[in-house]
Parts: sequence; C-alpha cells; structure tokens
Amino acid sequence: MVEYFYYFFAALTLISALLVVVCRNTVNSALFMILSFLGMAGLFLMLDAFFLAILQVLVYAGAVMVLFLFVIMLLDVEATEKSRPTWVTLLASLLGFVALAMGALYVFYEPGSAALFSQQLPEVQTMPTDAAPMAFTTSVRSFGYGLFSKYMLPFQLAGFLLLVAVIGIILISKRSLHSDNNNKKQ
Amino acid sequence: MLGLQGYLIISTLLFAIGFFGVLLRRNTLVLYMSLELMLNSVNLALVAFSRYNNIMDGNLFVFFIITVAAAEVAVGLAIIVALFRKCRSLMVQDLTRLHN
Repeated sequence: MVEYFYYFFAALTLISALLVVVCRNTVNSALFMILSFLGMAGLFLMLDAFFLAILQVLVYAGAVMVLFLFVIMLLDVEATEKSRPTWVTLLASLLGFVALAMGALYVFYEPGSAALFSQQLPEVQTMPTDAAPMAFTTSVRSFGYGLFSKYMLPFQLAGFLLLVAVIGIILISKRSLHSDNNNKKQ
Repeated sequence: MLGLQGYLIISTLLFAIGFFGVLLRRNTLVLYMSLELMLNSVNLALVAFSRYNNIMDGNLFVFFIITVAAAEVAVGLAIIVALFRKCRSLMVQDLTRLHN
C-alpha cells in the first residue's frame, strides 16, 4: 500500500518537473511546477516530515509560485517561445542530463552499495525526549528546540537575511523607477 | 522494497531534470524555475537522510533552505522585472548588455 503512494508521488513529481522544462508556454510551466511541489509535499509526508510538507505547500506552492505567476502576468511576455532550441543546445543539455542521471544511478545500483543505505525505517517518535532532544520526531517541538539551541545563530541570520531581502527588493524596484524618470527627462 | 535509495533516486533524477532545464531553456523565468527544482531535489535528499538516520538536523536544514529560497526568489524576480524594463525581453540571447 505504501509503495503505491510512493510510486504515485514520485511519478507526479518527476513527470510534472519534466513538463516544467519541456512546456513552451510559461504559464503552463508555472502550473506544472505547483503540481511538482505538491508531489514533493506528498513525499515529505511519506517521510513523516509533516511540518515541512505543510511548509512546502504554503511557501513554495503558495507564495513562491504565486509570485512567479504575478511576474509572468505583469511582464506580459509573449505566450510561447518563438525560437526552438538549436540541436547543439538540445544535444548538450541531453548529454548533461544523461551524464548526471547515469552517474547517480550507477552509485545507487552498484553491487554492494545497498549495504551503505539503510533499508529499514527507524521507529518514529511523536515527542522529543530529554535523553535525545535532537532525534527525529513528528512534532514541531523538535523544530523549536533545534532552532533555539543548536541552530540559534543560523536562525537569527535567516531573519536578518529576510530583512536584507526586503530592503533590497524595495531598492531595486525604486532605482529602476528613478532611472526611468531620468530617461524621460533626458 | 523501497528504502533510502528510492528517495535518493527521485532526488537525483529531479536534480538532473532541473539541470537539463537550465541548459535547455532560453526564458529567464523558466530558467529560474529549473533552479528552484534543483533546490527542491536537495531538500528531498536532506529529509530522507534525516528520517533514515533518525536525526532532526536534516529537517532543520530544509527549514533554512526554504527560508533562503523564498528570499532568493523575491530578489531574483525583482531583478528580472528591472531587467525586463531595461531590455524589453526575457530571452537569454537578448540580454547582452555586458557583452563587449
């Protein structure tokens, strides 16, 4: 039963990711991207990372892709790309794809490599304990504990990064407006 | 039986697809989406490792990656909008201001 879910979410993620790349219409690409993120959220659910699955749907499939769709709408680019990729580009990118994929699959299917990867899912805990506070659990409490103890500095830096991003975006948008006005004056 | 390997294979295939997209496409927006796909594939690998090794750190890394990716997308799209105002095009072959 679990395997069927695994294959379903894997197929959903991979096929829609391929369609993102292949679709010539940008809006279709963005919508397939949302589908791919939803499949990825399903895989997160299968790995018992419930909080990250929700975060994936809210932040990626929600906020990020809506931002993409807004930009596509604002820029009003031509619906489909006119120029097809040249055969050199196609050949080079296919070669890159095959090299990456074959290399990775070789590592995973090499005889003897199966011993390197644990095949058994460890028992999942629902609450962190005092003895092992950083062990994998399904509760958000583990996230809170990790963020406020071991990863305190990265957490604060992430907050600072968001502030920098906000200021940067405002600056970029304002400066381009300013230069537009200068162009009009000249 | 699917184990850690199954998730890692999806992750690497997704990374390869994203790489394929970055090399193949000319549209800056689709290029950016392919980059997001590559970031996401790494997220899946981190969560799988974290689950199978029974340790929380991988999940926390993914939390940070999502934060950074959201900030990065916002800034990147602002740059793309500014670029489109200047060059009136999103195709990579038209963005040759720094050439010569």
